[in-house]
Amino acid sequence: MRKLALDDEILMKAEKPERYIGCEVNSVMKNKEDVAIRFAMCFPDVYEIGMSHLGIQILYDMFNKQEDIWCERVYSPWVDMDRVMREKKIPLFALESQDPIKEFDFLGITIQYEMCYTNILQILDLSGIPMHAVDRTEEDPIVIGGGPCTYNPEPIAEFFDMFYIGEGEIAYGALMDLYREKKASGMSRHDFLKMAALIPGIYVPQFYEASYKEDGTMEAFRVIEEGVPEKVEKQIVMDFNNVTYPDAPVVPYVQATQDRVVLEIQRGCIRGCRFCQAGMVYRPLREKNIDRLKKQAEIMLKNTGYDEISLSSLSSSDYSQLNELLTFLIGICKERGINISLPSLRIDAFSLDVMSKVQDIKKSSLTFAAEAGTQRMRNVINKGLTDEDILNGALEAFKGGWNKVKFYFMLGLPGETEEDIKGIAHLCQKVAECFFDNIPKEKRTGKVAITASSSFFVPKPFTPFQWASQNKPEEFLQKAHTVKDEVRLQTNQKCIRYTYHDAYIAVLEGVFARGDRRVGKVIEEAYKSGAFFDAWGEHYDENKWTAAFENCGIDPYFYTARERETTELLPWDFLDCGVNRSFLEREWETAKKAAVTPNCRMRCSGCGARSFGGGVCYEN
Amino acid sequence: MRIRVKFTKTGCLKYIGHLDVMRYFQKAFRRAEIPVSLSEGFSPHMLMSFAAPLGVGKTSSGEYFDVDLKQDMDTEEVRERLQAQMAEGISVVGVIVIPEDKANKCMTLVAAADYTVALRKGKVQLPENWKEKLQAFLDQPSVVVMRKTKKSEQETDILPWIYKMRPVMLDEKAMSEHPSGAEADPVAFRMVLSSGSVSNLKPDLVLETFAAYAGFELPEFSLLIHRNDIMADIGKNGKRKLVPLGELRKQS
Repeated sequence: MRKLALDDEILMKAEKPERYIGCEVNSVMKNKEDVAIRFAMCFPDVYEIGMSHLGIQILYDMFNKQEDIWCERVYSPWVDMDRVMREKKIPLFALESQDPIKEFDFLGITIQYEMCYTNILQILDLSGIPMHAVDRTEEDPIVIGGGPCTYNPEPIAEFFDMFYIGEGEIAYGALMDLYREKKASGMSRHDFLKMAALIPGIYVPQFYEASYKEDGTMEAFRVIEEGVPEKVEKQIVMDFNNVTYPDAPVVPYVQATQDRVVLEIQRGCIRGCRFCQAGMVYRPLREKNIDRLKKQAEIMLKNTGYDEISLSSLSSSDYSQLNELLTFLIGICKERGINISLPSLRIDAFSLDVMSKVQDIKKSSLTFAAEAGTQRMRNVINKGLTDEDILNGALEAFKGGWNKVKFYFMLGLPGETEEDIKGIAHLCQKVAECFFDNIPKEKRTGKVAITASSSFFVPKPFTPFQWASQNKPEEFLQKAHTVKDEVRLQTNQKCIRYTYHDAYIAVLEGVFARGDRRVGKVIEEAYKSGAFFDAWGEHYDENKWTAAFENCGIDPYFYTARERETTELLPWDFLDCGVNRSFLEREWETAKKAAVTPNCRMRCSGCGARSFGGGVCYEN
Repeated sequence: MRIRVKFTKTGCLKYIGHLDVMRYFQKAFRRAEIPVSLSEGFSPHMLMSFAAPLGVGKTSSGEYFDVDLKQDMDTEEVRERLQAQMAEGISVVGVIVIPEDKANKCMTLVAAADYTVALRKGKVQLPENWKEKLQAFLDQPSVVVMRKTKKSEQETDILPWIYKMRPVMLDEKAMSEHPSGAEADPVAFRMVLSSGSVSNLKPDLVLETFAAYAGFELPEFSLLIHRNDIMADIGKNGKRKLVPLGELRKQS
């Protein structure tokens, strides 16, 4: 029988003991004596969230395919277990072997959202690994970060030995080879980091230093270790048809947030929405060959036993062979009672027809990512969705028997006017009218329900809005109230429900998204005062953060509210994400004129991604 | 074809809750490519019914569920294919064909369950005369306890629901290799208790009541509860005859 790191009584008292026992179907057990490299892969949030993440499943499988590497998983112990582990001084352990993380060669942390930053410190703390990379010794694991937030790693730079900028499938081979060499030759930690810094995509923060002007903006960012490159280049997969993908993802016992087979049909996006970081940094769009997708769908369903499969991509409607793929999936799923879920699909007659065939209609409401209330504002953000598209989509949905529709909006977008804000209410009213005008009384099944929800816009690095000013919480809330009041004035206000997100969390996200290295001490200070699980409303404590900013003498609005000049040196400028600075500047200017830039399939806008030599750039 | 699957639940998997076990088996059937009948309607699901949920933390060597297959299959083949999909801790130990009427559903049949309740090592100090106390406890005319039901608390005489209760001595192996993964004391209690929807008696309550009677402390988490089997009552004219659910095959 496997020996667990936590004893029986602790597990019996835990809120969900399943989070800590491992032992899941398709998890990989190896003998630690037989492997050369032990890699702990971490998602710094609770198990159910972390287990839903596709990237970890891909890398877990990729590493474990190599005989001499054992990759295991670790997640943030939930609040109850965190308390017990501190009290009893139990070191954080990996799920498979149940061995302490500190014994591993690598601790890889995927950083998917800013609000998990304090949980990264929790992971290091519970593992007994010094928080600052420079304090680590030969005994400590190499702590490496990856994922979307590493496109500006500076706020958390000091906590990591290195970051890997780009898609995980590419450069790990070289890094692992270097580590094997380190073990064989007894290379020091410092020399290893230095050699690693030469691998394309690897950024070793301790070899770089930032200096600041009197006004607080950055003066320079320079290399302080000889021979280390000044620019770090993002790495992406160009042979997307043959890229590694798990045939047998790990299947949790407890229901995870994403409790289904995930089939990644393409990476990147042609749309070029100006607020969207993923749409910029994953360029160019690369589709996966349909025959490979068909095989993968079959084999993953067979190996997991899931009763649902979901297509994953930034905009599934843009997959060129979507029709054929869905026809195939319906063929293999329908009879077996397997659901197909289709997120990020444009709502039109085609997608509704597919959905009515494959989904449980009763439980689904349709979602429109409208993002803004007026056409003008959607042009500013380059969201290629017109009022007409939305109203036609809604009409088709109502005709098809759906009567619940959801709309996502953002408030605080650059150049937003009163009209744009109120436009959210007006759009909802038009959708309601569309229902009452077109669906005869005898065909109405239940009441029409329109839900609109706003998040508050957070400008992200490597987007055309990276220079934009972000609203302060008061401004955000005022705008939300304007929408709310305007909704109440609409004829069909009774069927419109309006909600909005937390405005203060958006500011914190904004600071982390565009902050520099000085922000790191605020994160550390907040963590030390007890902040963690900030992504969870019930655990986010605004007072702790306010105090942390004050104690560190840092003004959050310096990072969020200020509109930056395009001449300003930005903390992430040393990264080359494949999209040119000139393209981003051009887009920023075009946005100010509320003009639209066509998508990649319509016309190339010269963003720079063509230099990767493949994908949508070379379709014709 | 309706089959009854008997499985064990030990080790790490004792922490998996009932609903998760259900989902686990649904996936296992799909991995094993055993065609299970689906319900009609918009969200078709597997028609599976479990005999009696086992609480988190308890182990078992005799759990059951019934399920309908789309086609007739050899039961040993079903068992092997399902077993090949099991994680360490759950084993499929038997598959039988059962009658397809409502009266023979495992949930309906449950009448009693057989438990061995061990004591976690070093937790409980039994009084020296515990054996006599146990006899005296069982010889009482009634054992009235406050029993929590879903709606209220009520006084119940649980004595008629204790069909058997006797001490057993565990050997070295049984103490160190207890299915729960924890270590056990030598003294344990074997009991057959009324179970099912009408008069469901939990072994925890019996031991707690006995501890109060015999005057010893039963600290939190001191019981290691293992279910040996679940039984139906096939006796006639008010005479009880308990038979494990796994023996009630469809007569051909």
